[in-house]
Amino acid sequence: MENDRKTLITGGHVVDPGRWNGMADVLIEGRTIVAVKPNLRTTIHAPTLSRTINATGLIVCPGFVDVHVHFREPGFEYKESIATGSAAAVAGGFTSVCCMPNTQPVNDSRSVTEFILAQAAAARKARVFPIGAITRGSHGQELAEIGELYDAGCVAVSDDGLPVMNSQVMRRAMEYASAFHLPIVDHCEDCHLSHGGSMNEGVVSTQLGIPGIPNAAEEIMVARNIALAELTGARLHVPHVSTSGSVRMIREAKFREVPVTAEACPHHFSLTEEAVRSFHTHAKMNPPLRTDEDVQAVKGGLHDHTIDIVATDHAPHAPQEKQLEFDAAPFGIIGLETALPLTLNLVEEGILTLEQAIAKLTSAPAHAFRLPHGTLAPGADADVTLFDPAATWVVDPAQFHSLSRNTPFNGWTMKGLVVTTLVGGQEVYHATPARRDP
Amino acid sequence: MSFQRKDLLGLGSLTSEEIAFILKAAEPFKEISGREIKKVPALRGKTVVNLFFEPSTRTRTSFELAAKRLSADVVNMSPSSSSVAKGETLLDTARNIESMKADMIVIRHSSAGAAEILARQIRLSVINAGDGWHEHPTQALLDLMTIQEKKGHVRDLRVAIVGDIAHSRVARSNMHALTKMGAKVRVAGPPTMMPPYLHRFGVEVYYHLDEALADVDVIIVLRLQLERQGGSLFPSIREYARLYGLTAARVKRAARDVLIMHPGPVNRGIEIAHDVADSEDAVILDQVSNGVAVRMGLMYLLAQRRES
Repeated sequence: MENDRKTLITGGHVVDPGRWNGMADVLIEGRTIVAVKPNLRTTIHAPTLSRTINATGLIVCPGFVDVHVHFREPGFEYKESIATGSAAAVAGGFTSVCCMPNTQPVNDSRSVTEFILAQAAAARKARVFPIGAITRGSHGQELAEIGELYDAGCVAVSDDGLPVMNSQVMRRAMEYASAFHLPIVDHCEDCHLSHGGSMNEGVVSTQLGIPGIPNAAEEIMVARNIALAELTGARLHVPHVSTSGSVRMIREAKFREVPVTAEACPHHFSLTEEAVRSFHTHAKMNPPLRTDEDVQAVKGGLHDHTIDIVATDHAPHAPQEKQLEFDAAPFGIIGLETALPLTLNLVEEGILTLEQAIAKLTSAPAHAFRLPHGTLAPGADADVTLFDPAATWVVDPAQFHSLSRNTPFNGWTMKGLVVTTLVGGQEVYHATPARRDP
Repeated sequence: MSFQRKDLLGLGSLTSEEIAFILKAAEPFKEISGREIKKVPALRGKTVVNLFFEPSTRTRTSFELAAKRLSADVVNMSPSSSSVAKGETLLDTARNIESMKADMIVIRHSSAGAAEILARQIRLSVINAGDGWHEHPTQALLDLMTIQEKKGHVRDLRVAIVGDIAHSRVARSNMHALTKMGAKVRVAGPPTMMPPYLHRFGVEVYYHLDEALADVDVIIVLRLQLERQGGSLFPSIREYARLYGLTAARVKRAARDVLIMHPGPVNRGIEIAHDVADSEDAVILDQVSNGVAVRMGLMYLLAQRRES
């Protein structure tokens, strides 16, 4: 019986945030974690094990949870499909991902949600949790059928990329969604203020003559959404925090116990607007890369847990789209396969401990989106990521599992390599030797 | 000293020595346009493609005359008469031109960085004839040539650039060019037309024209893009003309032998009064003449590099 298959992960350093941080073995039976204890190997009758994974020198942790990806299916399968996106996810150590509804058609109905879940099940890689639209067609006017989206399996609602500009609509969405305890994820951008902008408004935009997006475009909507969360008591999640002002307001809101969580993307703590010089479209995303002061503020927010979560905003685009002129190219970069080493850089810099860094990739996002993952607790699904924290590798987009190649990190030397990823006890990714020994 | 670049994309990335070198190389070409037979064989057998994605009469004509007076063959392409309208990318268009063995592309495009993106990906020489709000390097070069011609030098001159700095590639190229060549540059206009961090260009910002003009040696008046009215940049053309229009009374605040320049086309009675545009101080038509010479000099340098 497959359900009785026993797997032992032995010899690794287990980091299960809040539960265990040290040498231990992990025993998996079928799809489920059974135990995390030191020296389990010595207490188990070897012939009963169907598999042993040697994790010597590796970190063993819950599979990562990304609450912000774009898998482009249905509608834009030439950029990414659910199959290629979830293959990229597990290659990056992510076992659960929440996919944004800005597909074609928009995920504002049960049928689209069910289609996404069926495609994810067929792909047999990462767990995919759909995020439903806040408004019908994400037009920002009438509420989507949020109750039905919840029943169909949506774990949050968002009109991602398209802010809900009408505050009354947002208020009603928050009130309505709170009946289902669904987090509301609002891309914070005042569209009038950002209109026509392609990059951060600042020194570099002035020099390049590229229309800018000021920090205030994000901060106005962060402030509004915090005020509405306070008014309604709804669960607000602020995606891709990019400015120092946003960090400050979220910190203050949390101090007052407003129910808000926040995420930062690796590119927003690894790069500044300087990356846009030479008009490289792989440095074009929304919100845009900001200044060093903002990067430091985002790091500070991660450090003091104002920012709970690291999420990628994995946004695939085809080469012909990113080869356009800077203002014509679409916003967004892929991130699933580079997120771990960029997050581990924060450990090297002393901003996070290893356990905190892993928490922001596992337990914190699972908690914020009420997913029963991101933990190695006995009884939990055996979603496990094993990575080598010391291995270095050079980013070669041609090696990505994602269908798209739009990364600003091409050629970067990364430290921290995902070696094995398990979902429900099944191995869904194992690094090829070439990848491990460049 | 020489000029060894494949392209001219902007003045922000050039050294003052390189700028001086181009100006010096362009000097002899002034005389050619005054000859009975306005032609030298410098670019004979070369093909120059004017790839203009934005409508332009004067810049395109200036480049075309410059190339023709160097004996190059010139082809003009504009979006309406090319496959761009059929959805072809800029890069594909350029690669097609490259495959037809052209030698040089002169590009005008509404997107900042279009010339640079192109230059990175093709072997041809690329001359930026204006990319969005970013740069218009040959305009600034011809302005420098005109100032040098009339004043004998650029260093230490007080220069005021007046108008919509934020949306002006002419302003950006001129701020680079003039500061690199040692001029003291002021910019003047309403705060809505000033991009942030202008001091990083090494210029002083003024919101009141009378203050900005005090004792200046050169005034560069920018064209007001009339289509911007109705946005929130300025209340009305009437108010703009009243606050920022260059009138004879305002010219009196400047130094006595002030030069008045304008990149054209001129909106008479708006950014510059009719009588000022036609006054002794105005060198607007000298700028146009020098434009042909500067572009000849530049094409000559780029073609020479390719042969070496």
